[in-house]
Amino acid sequence: MLDMIFMYIKAFVVGGILCAIGQILILKTQLTSSRILVGYVTAGVILGALGLYKPLIDFAGAGATVPLTGFGYSLAHGAMEAIETDGILGAFTGGVTAAAGGIAAAVFFGYLAAILFKPKMKS
Amino acid sequence: MDVSKRIGRQTVALPSKPGILSWASVAGQKEKEGPYGSKFDIIIPDELNGEQSFEAAERAMLEQAVKLSAQKAGRSTQELQMLLSGDLLNQIISAGFAARNLGIPFYGLYGACSTMSESLSLGGMLADGGFADTLACATCSHFCTAERQYRAPLELGNQRTPTAQWTVTGAGAVLVCGGPAAKGAQAVLTHTTCGRVIDLGITDQNNMGAAMAPAAADTIAVHLRDMGRSFDDYDLVATGDLGHLGKDLLIELLKKKGISVQEKKLFDCGCEIFDARQDTHAGGSGCGCAASMLCAHLLPEVSSGRLKRILFMATGALLSPTTTMQGESVPGVAHAVVIEHVEG
Amino acid sequence: MRSACAGRRMGFEFAMKGEAVMENKNNQTGKQRAIEEYSKLVERLAPKSDMAQGLWRAFITGGAICVLGQIITDFFAYGLKWGMQSAATATSICLIFLSALLTGLGVYDRIGKYAGAGSIVPITGFANSVVAPAMEFRREGLVMGVGAKMFTLAGPVLVYGIGSSILVGLICFFWG
Repeated sequence: MLDMIFMYIKAFVVGGILCAIGQILILKTQLTSSRILVGYVTAGVILGALGLYKPLIDFAGAGATVPLTGFGYSLAHGAMEAIETDGILGAFTGGVTAAAGGIAAAVFFGYLAAILFKPKMKS
Repeated sequence: MDVSKRIGRQTVALPSKPGILSWASVAGQKEKEGPYGSKFDIIIPDELNGEQSFEAAERAMLEQAVKLSAQKAGRSTQELQMLLSGDLLNQIISAGFAARNLGIPFYGLYGACSTMSESLSLGGMLADGGFADTLACATCSHFCTAERQYRAPLELGNQRTPTAQWTVTGAGAVLVCGGPAAKGAQAVLTHTTCGRVIDLGITDQNNMGAAMAPAAADTIAVHLRDMGRSFDDYDLVATGDLGHLGKDLLIELLKKKGISVQEKKLFDCGCEIFDARQDTHAGGSGCGCAASMLCAHLLPEVSSGRLKRILFMATGALLSPTTTMQGESVPGVAHAVVIEHVEG
Repeated sequence: MRSACAGRRMGFEFAMKGEAVMENKNNQTGKQRAIEEYSKLVERLAPKSDMAQGLWRAFITGGAICVLGQIITDFFAYGLKWGMQSAATATSICLIFLSALLTGLGVYDRIGKYAGAGSIVPITGFANSVVAPAMEFRREGLVMGVGAKMFTLAGPVLVYGIGSSILVGLICFFWG
């Protein structure tokens, strides 16, 4: 039980820090949210490829997988794993396969939301 | 050809003093909650204004404003000889589509947020030249249409920067009359100054006030120099939508040009239309900002004689999403018209 | 052309005196200097963002979303015993669903206004950037509106994410 609570604290702190870094980038460089997301996913791929991101996931769990760097990590990790079994083909199929759930869900729920809801005035 | 109507480098006199016969303003719910909320003629019920899309809602506001301004003057829209109008949307669809429904002969203008004073300048010259004796100058903007064209989808969870301005949902229409048709007008146009496009290298598309302030300063400076006037000669110098930062910059730039600025005479529609409580950051913007404030506040003040002579100058930032993505800076433009009170 | 009219334009000479330097001599450097001066002025007068407040809000919101992710992961991994890989995928799908729902209800943009990067950086922010344009362009039709505009913001994420992962795979294959 104590382990679990400790895990949540680690997830909170690491996830929070990754977001706070994003906030610094936004305030200092006026990057748009799209650019922040691109930066994070690419950083995740690179860190994942260098083997630096896995220890963070082991340490913080969802604190490292939920931020978009985790999405990048799973892309890189998927590609690197798949070449072990599928050879060069794995470089092309592995990343998307690993991230397929997230991408498909975004497309599907995005479409549903567009059908069901109307955009409203900002307050 | 007689060129004696030109004064100095950019200013034109309108010796026949075309009259401003009537005006009408339309605004949205957020504007209604602002300090001038009770002064707008029509408040639209919600952001869709009874239409199917935000774009249709925007052009409906423009139509409402033009129709009401004609009605106030006791004219039918069929009696209007010209409609000078424009807006912020690509291919100025609000103005074009509104003109389709109104059936008034139409000149489409693009001056971004400077459209209100651009149309008044041209309308004044057309009326003074005898080319039209009853014409409407109108423009509009809508928060939701401007957001999707220039910035981000409404439901995107991003933060607005401290210098960002809030596009006003609103419209304004002014009936300009020349010759006998102007009888009874208590506000007249006497001079116009056509502004130059000025660019001092602002590339942040969330800082329109800074992009437009140099053009505003240039036009004011040129106007005062052309006319041999100073701030003393005006009861109010009204700018369109510089916002809080833009207004501060304008004051600094005018001082640098050696003009003695009377800060209490500077009235920026963008600073005034919302109050601090409404969390719009640097203030209001958009064609509808200057237009609705002109028709809701400034013209009634001039017409009633509480203000004798004002310089009205809407300011525009001539950018598009394409130029922003290509890294271009944002040029600004500002046109000024002098509006005076006369006993009708 | 200009000089032909000059005589008739009152105040023209005055205008020339004032701006002759700016316009004729050293036009380029003068302009450059004006731009630099102006950018300093803007910098001086512009209101500043509250860095401390922004960081704190991003930190707590981002942290909270990650904790929610951890709770969902634990539920699938230990509650349903799906295994770590599947639990992670299921977590992504659940968070994306929640984000799509909150975006549709008009809540996510308010969270974003408060949290900034705190709700952009998590996978929910990615989902928001898919859902928001899809909703926004519903009126432009189901194919070229929803279908095409869905990826105006999130498309680059997939392009760079997938592109770089393929590059990583290829590098590992040839040199790994």
